[in-house]
Amino acid sequence: MKKDSANKTPVYFFGTCLADMMYAESAMAAIRLIEREGYEVIFPMEQSCCGQPAYNSGFPDEAREVAWKQVEIFSKHDYPIVVPSGSCAGMMKVHYPKLFKDSPDLFIVKRFSERVVELTTFLHQYANAQYVDKGAPIKATWHSSCHAMREANCIEDSKALLSQLSNVELIELERERECCGFGGTFSIKQPEISGAMVSDKVADVVATGASVVLSGDAGCLMNITGHMDKENISVKGQHIAEFIWERING
Amino acid sequence: MSNSAENRERILERLYNAQQYGRDAYIPQKKVWNIKNQSKEKNIEEFTERMTAVRTEVFRTKGTEWVGELQKLVEERGQKNLLHAPATPTGKALAANWGKDSSCKLVTWKESIEEFKDELFDCDGAVTGCLGGIAESAAVILWPTEEEPRLMSIVPPLHVVVVEADSIYTSFQDAIKKLKWNKEMPTNALLISGPSKTADIELILQFGVHGPTDLIVFITE
Amino acid sequence: MASNEKFNFAQNVAEALADSQLRANFRFATDTLIQRRSTVFASPEETNFLRDVGSSMKKDVLANLPDLLEKFEAQCTKNGIVVHWAETAKDANEIILEILNENSAEKVVKGKSMASEEIHLNSYLEEHDKEVVETDFGEFIIQLCGEPPSHIIVPAVHKNRKQIAEVLAEHIEGMEYTEDVDIMLANVRSTLREHFKTADAGISGVNFGIAETGTLCLVENEGNGRMCTTVPPLHIALMGIEKLVENVEDIPAIYRLLCGSATGQRITTYFNMISGPRKKGERDGPKQVHLVLLDNGRSKIMNDPQLGDVLKCIRCGTCLNHCPVFTRIGGHAYGSTYPGPIGEILVPQIEGLDPKGAIASASTLCDACAEACPVRIPIPELIRRMRDESYGNADPSKVALSGYKRSCVESMVWRGWQWSQTSPVMNKMMLKGLALFGKWIPKVGPLKAWMSVRSKPQFGKNSLKDLVKKEGVRHE
Repeated sequence: MKKDSANKTPVYFFGTCLADMMYAESAMAAIRLIEREGYEVIFPMEQSCCGQPAYNSGFPDEAREVAWKQVEIFSKHDYPIVVPSGSCAGMMKVHYPKLFKDSPDLFIVKRFSERVVELTTFLHQYANAQYVDKGAPIKATWHSSCHAMREANCIEDSKALLSQLSNVELIELERERECCGFGGTFSIKQPEISGAMVSDKVADVVATGASVVLSGDAGCLMNITGHMDKENISVKGQHIAEFIWERING
Repeated sequence: MSNSAENRERILERLYNAQQYGRDAYIPQKKVWNIKNQSKEKNIEEFTERMTAVRTEVFRTKGTEWVGELQKLVEERGQKNLLHAPATPTGKALAANWGKDSSCKLVTWKESIEEFKDELFDCDGAVTGCLGGIAESAAVILWPTEEEPRLMSIVPPLHVVVVEADSIYTSFQDAIKKLKWNKEMPTNALLISGPSKTADIELILQFGVHGPTDLIVFITE
Repeated sequence: MASNEKFNFAQNVAEALADSQLRANFRFATDTLIQRRSTVFASPEETNFLRDVGSSMKKDVLANLPDLLEKFEAQCTKNGIVVHWAETAKDANEIILEILNENSAEKVVKGKSMASEEIHLNSYLEEHDKEVVETDFGEFIIQLCGEPPSHIIVPAVHKNRKQIAEVLAEHIEGMEYTEDVDIMLANVRSTLREHFKTADAGISGVNFGIAETGTLCLVENEGNGRMCTTVPPLHIALMGIEKLVENVEDIPAIYRLLCGSATGQRITTYFNMISGPRKKGERDGPKQVHLVLLDNGRSKIMNDPQLGDVLKCIRCGTCLNHCPVFTRIGGHAYGSTYPGPIGEILVPQIEGLDPKGAIASASTLCDACAEACPVRIPIPELIRRMRDESYGNADPSKVALSGYKRSCVESMVWRGWQWSQTSPVMNKMMLKGLALFGKWIPKVGPLKAWMSVRSKPQFGKNSLKDLVKKEGVRHE
């Protein structure tokens, strides 16, 4: 049920490296949600990672190389670049210009960064997506990723989309604004602190009584569900795109 | 042994050298925080409300009425003595209107701190004037003087401040401007907002740790 | 944790995490302080504007730092304050000791000062037979325990009421164990009052120095700072060279930012502005006021346009409270005077990256600190810079012992990663490899760390690229 796409510009889709490795279905759901609003989605096959892992770990040169690869392959057209992750979107929007501040290509990078838009912001603000919930009543809770909150600024959009799902009761976490402890390579460089943080986060999730924890970021989800799985906690973790897609398709 | 002059030279040299970074491109960009001035009545109201919130007893009185009220208060609380500065207008008014047979005796600061220290640490309370009050942040402004030494407002357990209604400013900014602090600062200037306090035990607010345990403010007109 | 023990961050972290009482104390404290801050900074628009004011003010100061220092020095001198310059911690300690000796001062009362913690002044003076008494309530407690502060603003916050009660009962003569806070305070009050009366000198820090007027501003709630700077005949103030503001008019904004961020107050009980020693005719106040300007690496930090931002800091401690890592491991684990996010970017610069660079790894870069910082220090960016410097990958490297962490293995891993993310062929092979053999990756190294609290990652059979092709999404 695609809307009329005649007078809408196509959009690029940047899937993220985690989608490639572990969350392909979530990213596909994101693509379907965009297409549902009548936009043609273009997926450049040479895309890979936004470069954040190296950027945050003390390897800016490697990060710059990988970042530049993305800039190149997404700059054939001036289409918006939709990213199903607040963290990757934040990296590409906020940090790319810093990474290239001394580069002659800064201008090109800035034009790229301006086109980056997080998925739920795109669906809510650009596409004005309207959803009818076909799912059974469910209690869900929401984890805000730090960079979705503080870099991509997309939390209100994510919640606005979820609020359209009439059978979903959204229960707030007590510490919604606190980091889950993933932090990319932080989780393996400081595993004890990371472990303490994720176990607090999971306790918070469990305390809501929700049967599913949602997030717009695969990194946080991988962390939270990984811990829940290890502790045999039966709460499900799901990316917002996949969740919405399932709800509106019954 | 460390040589201050040589240290100075090296530190400043490094800092001046460091100014190559962005110095040429540097544009002063200081922003200013302004608060709109309010009416006198609003200032008094806000000052009273916010001083009370920081556990200060605030009374509004006319002329020298405050002396009688103060006497009643300190007698009720069993204060034995009250330090005051007879050379100041506040001290003068206090001395002139204090009951001769009051159970609370007025004492004055004698000599300098070295001689007066023991007596000072035994005082139950002190009365001072002030330069004014600040409504927005809830404070009284003190500029200790020869007559009114600085320790009057910190050592005795009770501090009584008399503030004129006309000298309650809306904001700290306004007070600085009107009192022309950039032109001349006294040896010591103070803002006082409530009695001494600490939250070092489990972040629970406790009053009267080192300085006064009680602060009383009389607004006079 | 004595400062002469070898710093082992991993061990400190493990010990801190294992101490459930410590974790509970810190969680309670940071929650409370965050909540109190939010009552003062209730309006995001006003708060952000005020932060702009604070940030621009400190930026101006840093841009003109040497000129303002000279102006400040001239004004202080005019006011009768004796100004000393200390290039290193050692210089500062020696200068202070010399001033004390010249005045035959044996007993010192101290107001809370992070700069004095930074130079380990107390132990230096004690080694030279001076009696040093910390008089801030929290500092007094931890001095009794022989511990450094665990928080910039609330130094004894790692101890709860029961623990403090035990300390007091043990150290104050004639005092019995009580959890009654009023009794505890009364005992400390009378003990310290005796010290104020009999001290030969008072040492304090400085929250703001006003260049225009040569004024030292002290911010406090307890009144011990006023006692220390007014009762004894000698006052020595120790101030980092970056703690200047230009004009008196700058004070209201920066003071509000400090109080609001530090303790969630609109204003502290006392704001003490000292512009000189006792003048002729005045009957109290110190006869001499000395100001020691402390560099200790700061002027070197200024020699880099990015690193210099750390010197905007006004020591409010709010980044500690907002940091999810600090909340869990507390201040002592960082092994330095300045813990938490600000410590991660300041300490490696002052003490060198080896071993203190390790603390820069204790951040998820969640940005909560930057969101709260009253002077808008880009803390996460500076943490990244510390990490770049650790591997010698900053260009140019400016921090002492840069590259200490450089390792062939880690460099090769990131080279390999770069290859797999820039070459489509390699990328495809990597994804295929993970899909086919991911579950057999041996549980060592990073994976072992990951799996200490999580199950093994489940790599998908299909990559997104596979699905996109299969589902007929337009790809190019």
